[in-house]
Amino acid sequence: MTTTFDVNVLRADFPIFDREIGDAKKLIYLDSTATAQKPTAVIEAMNEYYRRSNANIHRGVHTLAEESTAMYEKAREQVASLINAASPREVIFTRNTTESINLIAYTWGRENLDSGDVVILTEMEHHSNLVPWQMLAEELDLVLEFVPVTDDYLFDMDAYKKLLLLEPKLVSFTQMSNVLGTITPAKEIIQLAHEVGAITLVDGAQSVPHLPVDVQDLDADFLVFSAHKMLGPTGIGALYGKMDLLNAMPPFLGGGDMIKTVHLRSFVPNQVPYKFEAGTPAIAEAIGFGAAAEYLQNIGMDAVEAHEHDIAEYVLERLEEVPGITVFGPSAENKGGVASFVMDGLHPHDIAQILDGEGIAVRAGHHCAQPLHESCGVKATTRASFYIYNTKEEVDALVEGIYKVKEIFG
Amino acid sequence: MDDLYRQLIIERYKTPHYRGHLDPHDIFFEDDNPVCGDHIEITVRMDDADVVTEAAFDGHGCSISQAAADLLIEYIHGKKLDEVKALTKDDVVDLLGIDLGPVRLKCALLSLKVLKAGAYGLSVDEVSDELVE
Ligand SMILES: Cc1ncc(COP(=O)(O)O)c(C=O)c1O
Repeated sequence: MTTTFDVNVLRADFPIFDREIGDAKKLIYLDSTATAQKPTAVIEAMNEYYRRSNANIHRGVHTLAEESTAMYEKAREQVASLINAASPREVIFTRNTTESINLIAYTWGRENLDSGDVVILTEMEHHSNLVPWQMLAEELDLVLEFVPVTDDYLFDMDAYKKLLLLEPKLVSFTQMSNVLGTITPAKEIIQLAHEVGAITLVDGAQSVPHLPVDVQDLDADFLVFSAHKMLGPTGIGALYGKMDLLNAMPPFLGGGDMIKTVHLRSFVPNQVPYKFEAGTPAIAEAIGFGAAAEYLQNIGMDAVEAHEHDIAEYVLERLEEVPGITVFGPSAENKGGVASFVMDGLHPHDIAQILDGEGIAVRAGHHCAQPLHESCGVKATTRASFYIYNTKEEVDALVEGIYKVKEIFG
Repeated sequence: MDDLYRQLIIERYKTPHYRGHLDPHDIFFEDDNPVCGDHIEITVRMDDADVVTEAAFDGHGCSISQAAADLLIEYIHGKKLDEVKALTKDDVVDLLGIDLGPVRLKCALLSLKVLKAGAYGLSVDEVSDELVE
């Protein structure tokens, strides 16, 4: 695989890289796992909607309402196309990954799960794929089981196979860890789950932005992701679900748009996807989401993956040479562009703060994955994460910055 | 940046003057910063007039949280309990002598929160950020 785009040309699409940090330091943004930067195409798509077409969608018949509705529905098609959904109607707009998972827990979960039922998660889940299930487990008396991470920081397939003997009703797992960068073998996980009759939920918050993800090829039942991590705006995310599952699910929030007819004492829900989109949605954000999906598709997700693989390899190689550093995660072949590390005697906050002084944005903390940090035996890590706009020169700057940290605290 | 890491902070982080645990003590409290897992415990001894005669802190965390704790403990020696209860965020910011953003401010104020919770005799559930506003 080779990169088929020129990073330096692509960077010109991102106006934020024109700004400086502190006293004339170039911005080196290594925090895309938290949220990605936005290209002009996304910003302008939203601005253009507000400047020219702003109206509420669906029921209006005036020109602006027609235009806005068309733009909103086109966004659904663009997002569906990125993940190769069989129909755009299988894509529901939500606020983010977190809301998508909660929606599934509250509708599909309450309808289909019962006391004693087993739900399988993994030890590397983000809090958003833990807490909703903990809440539901409390309510319905479910049994939560966790696939561990191997010593090489991979999805433990043997342990998973053993857990499947418990005949779970649901397997919900991340396709890429936001801390370790571990890419899980989603297709195999899903196939094995289906063999025991379980439904699968793929947390695609990190995979959809960074890898080619094809829901039909994966045969995923649900896939959830957030626009803001894939060059789009905050405030909007997606829930993909197979049509028969979505059709059978009860509605989530009640209100306008999600109904077909309403009487004083009863209502008939609207069809999918509107059944799950109560109230006026984030219209501009949906349009920005669509623009982001199209931007990524134009680059090609294979090229995105190849570029990040290159960077992941390079960053691991460069960090390895720093004395006293420990990087958590698998080797580059199974890893996205994420490097979470600790340094002997140094606190992640201090590392991040000094790097910020060099214009380098990294994140310090538990990255919403406290149980994973516990199993790695650390409280917190410093995380540098990479996306299509990052370069090897920026990796070099990171390593130089790390040496500066060592010097200051040496 | 060099501002944030002025010499005093690095020094107090590396070689704190008041690290330890006093036993017996008149005040004891401990708490964490949930975002980064930083931990501070503070022990204080007072005389009959409720004046701090000795105090110490222990725990782990970033240079800002640990240096702030050390400087705060130094500052309360000889202060009355009522004065300790009246300490605010500005006192800690003055002690550190730097401007902090909202995230690092939490690090800096952890020790004040712990100290005031102890001074007021609160239970863990009663501790809130309001103590250090
Ligand atoms: C793997 C993973 N899942 C879920 C989420 C939650 O995403 P959001 O905060 O957009 O709901 C994140 C965000 O960090 C993530 O990395």
